[in-house]
Amino acid sequence: MSVERDREAGLGPENLDPTKRISVEAVLEGLEDYRPRRKGWHWREGANTPRKAGPFQYNETSEPLERDIPLPAAKYFGGIDPQPDCVITTEIASGRFEDDIRRMRMAAWHGADHMMVIRTAGQSHFDGLIEGTPEGVGGIPVTRKQVRATRKALDMIEDEVGRPINFHSYVSGVAGPEIAVLFAEEGVNGAHQDPQYNILYRNVNMMRSFVDAAVAKRIIGSQGIAQIDGAHNANATAREAWKVMPELLVQHAINCAFSVRAGMPRGSICLSTVPPTSSPAPCMRLDLPYAVALRQLFREFKFRAQMNTRYVESDAREATVTHVLNLLMSRLTSADIQSTITPDEGRNVPWHYNNIAAVDTAKQALVAMDGLREMVDLKMDGPLGKKVREIKERAVLFLREMVEIGGYFEAVSRGFFVDSGEYPERNGDGIVRAPNGGVGAGTIVPRDPDYLAPVCEHFGYNNLPGASGGGAGKPCDLIGGCTLCDPSKIQFIDELDEEDNVNVRLGKFAEHRKAGLLRPEVQWYADGYVAMTIFLPTDERTAQYAALEIAKKIGMKDAEVIHKLAAHPSEGTVVEVKGILEIDVDPGTLVIPPKVENLPEDEMRADVKAHPMRIVAATVGEDEHSVGMREIIDIKHGGLEKYGIECHYLGTSVPVEKVVDAAIEVDAEAILVSTIITHADVHRKNMKRLSDLCVEKGIRDKVILVAGGTQITRDMAVESGLDGGFGRGAKGADVASFLIKTRRERR
Amino acid sequence: MQRADDYRERRAAVARLTDEDLHKEFWDLAGKVVDPLVELARTHTSPSIERSVLLRMGFSSLEAKGIVDKCLERGLLGKGAGNCVYRLSKMRGCGTREAGLNLAAGDGWDEVEQSFRGKPVRGGAEA
Repeated sequence: MSVERDREAGLGPENLDPTKRISVEAVLEGLEDYRPRRKGWHWREGANTPRKAGPFQYNETSEPLERDIPLPAAKYFGGIDPQPDCVITTEIASGRFEDDIRRMRMAAWHGADHMMVIRTAGQSHFDGLIEGTPEGVGGIPVTRKQVRATRKALDMIEDEVGRPINFHSYVSGVAGPEIAVLFAEEGVNGAHQDPQYNILYRNVNMMRSFVDAAVAKRIIGSQGIAQIDGAHNANATAREAWKVMPELLVQHAINCAFSVRAGMPRGSICLSTVPPTSSPAPCMRLDLPYAVALRQLFREFKFRAQMNTRYVESDAREATVTHVLNLLMSRLTSADIQSTITPDEGRNVPWHYNNIAAVDTAKQALVAMDGLREMVDLKMDGPLGKKVREIKERAVLFLREMVEIGGYFEAVSRGFFVDSGEYPERNGDGIVRAPNGGVGAGTIVPRDPDYLAPVCEHFGYNNLPGASGGGAGKPCDLIGGCTLCDPSKIQFIDELDEEDNVNVRLGKFAEHRKAGLLRPEVQWYADGYVAMTIFLPTDERTAQYAALEIAKKIGMKDAEVIHKLAAHPSEGTVVEVKGILEIDVDPGTLVIPPKVENLPEDEMRADVKAHPMRIVAATVGEDEHSVGMREIIDIKHGGLEKYGIECHYLGTSVPVEKVVDAAIEVDAEAILVSTIITHADVHRKNMKRLSDLCVEKGIRDKVILVAGGTQITRDMAVESGLDGGFGRGAKGADVASFLIKTRRERR
Repeated sequence: MQRADDYRERRAAVARLTDEDLHKEFWDLAGKVVDPLVELARTHTSPSIERSVLLRMGFSSLEAKGIVDKCLERGLLGKGAGNCVYRLSKMRGCGTREAGLNLAAGDGWDEVEQSFRGKPVRGGAEA
């Protein structure tokens, strides 16, 4: 893969150490001379090559990562982390690039290879480039320094995980062509570019938007940068998102056709599409025909499947279910890029761990549905086929009417777009823009016959003299090379603002960082934010204010209710509160018990062979849970029997007295009890009873007493008078090693 | 505009098209919508486009802004800001960068303006 090639060619920046946080200072060092080592978009390698991972066969995956964090359940399947065939996007909007790059690294380990950095509010209307590293709102100001630093950090991160990572931001607003050049020069791999977005949602003048867009598209297309359009915004804006489906086809078509004519390769043009509805709407019935119609009409283009945001509320569980259904839609149709929306989108700008959650949701669902279409077909000769045809016809009728009334500008000025009626129905509430209105109105000028731009990849009329006009030479031969051909000509501006820059921000917590202190954070280093879940046995409104009072009492600053859900009008409400805890922990002062290392397998077998060991085991009290205990002892699960330990399993719901009697009867060296139920502290009582009985019967010194269960900890077991305790995730090997070690100590 | 959903009546115009013909009709119409937009873009420029040319010529964003702002004041944007820089460098026999920095500082605009009043130059070609 190309990461390896880059590494071999010595193109990689210094290596990251997985045990250390990324150093922002190291990223910033020598930035003025840093050049991207690769241009253009990267699709995952080896997509759809059948491959094995652990015990399974996959048909819709790509090459695995060299370093990753697999899904939690992977531990049952040998720690595999199969990577879906499509690129997976995560969107990051903290407004500080130095914190964004840390989040990108975390997301990359979980399987994201498309880092979409949101731009600061208002940059669309900024006529020119912004420089330096100022802080943004809801995203970063896109500047050369921030873009270059981020690309450099991603070069380090892709070396660490072993897969190329795409970096993405926005080429829109009134400085589109300049941002396109910046992205082309700095190795940005993907970009949003859609003049209709400017016009409809940013009120940029429509003529300026299209004139600028052609130049921007030619530039980004020339570098192999993937383009994503902006049609999905109609979903997010329209009152009834499912009714804009015909119009969405039209918006996609306008951007696609315009992009192709501006010189962009079809394989770089991606449609941004969202399943328009959410449950409790019957969303499959509404969304699937639309997804099919789109993929048929735009079969020559790529698809960026986005998740629904229109109906996402503050409930992270609900959002996740919606997004899993969106992923089903991707697998039933297609997705070249699977975008993700964080489950906290309805509450605040995404937090670190919610980016991870969203990436994991996509990975989990896509891998789960590997090969679905080999077993399930879409039935086109029923309501699905009929609806697909209807959506297409409505879109064709929309286009016909646009042509009849005089074209795109006229249609926008009559409010054709984002009307809440399903075309041809019209409710008269569409977005209306005047051809001579909006930001940047009156700023385009005709190119004179002697117009000249002595640079490469320039769209449109260009009066190039001599060889550059059509012969073998390049347009930039006139000036001895442009920055696209000779990157050494790129001018780098460092900082323009003495107060608002990364150095000042880093300085604020320099001491904190140096001392190695730990403070909670969700998006910025040491921002102090935490969230807590509280259930209160009262109505919603009372619970909301009671939760804030609790937050106040524990010293939380700026506490805010981010979610509430009534369990019942009076019986109770669950409330989630966020707030700031300015608590620092010095890890040097923590008493962390050393991690217990198991004895080597061979040593354990040899030990038991030389000194046979017999144990009795049971689930005690009124407890029928036997799965965990069986896993600990059963040879099939690599349990105690595997090491030659003779196990007498007594069953479930066994009284503690009977367990002790059995141990005496078979002369066992150890007693293992499992106690899952914790109601009224029954687990502690059982453990205490076991210890007391062994003392009473005079065998306490002869037997090793061990308890296990999902809620059991070693400390809890020892407090109750036992020798050891094992909780969730414990394996037979852990218990065997403990028993053998303890026996050695006693000898 | 308010209009009830008259899809059932309207669709008569397209109902007989085969799926492939409907597909073709969709893209033919999309072409008709974008053709005038492409032509508008081909024949026009903007301050951002001209700054993007200057960036590609090796100027910083601040320098590019300085040159384009003065180019606009002189009404020369239709000639191309990069063209102004190129012409001054040819006339003065200096490098592109030096010529651009002079223009950003306000020096050389009279010469540039003068040069465009000379004999007409040869016809254009598409890049």
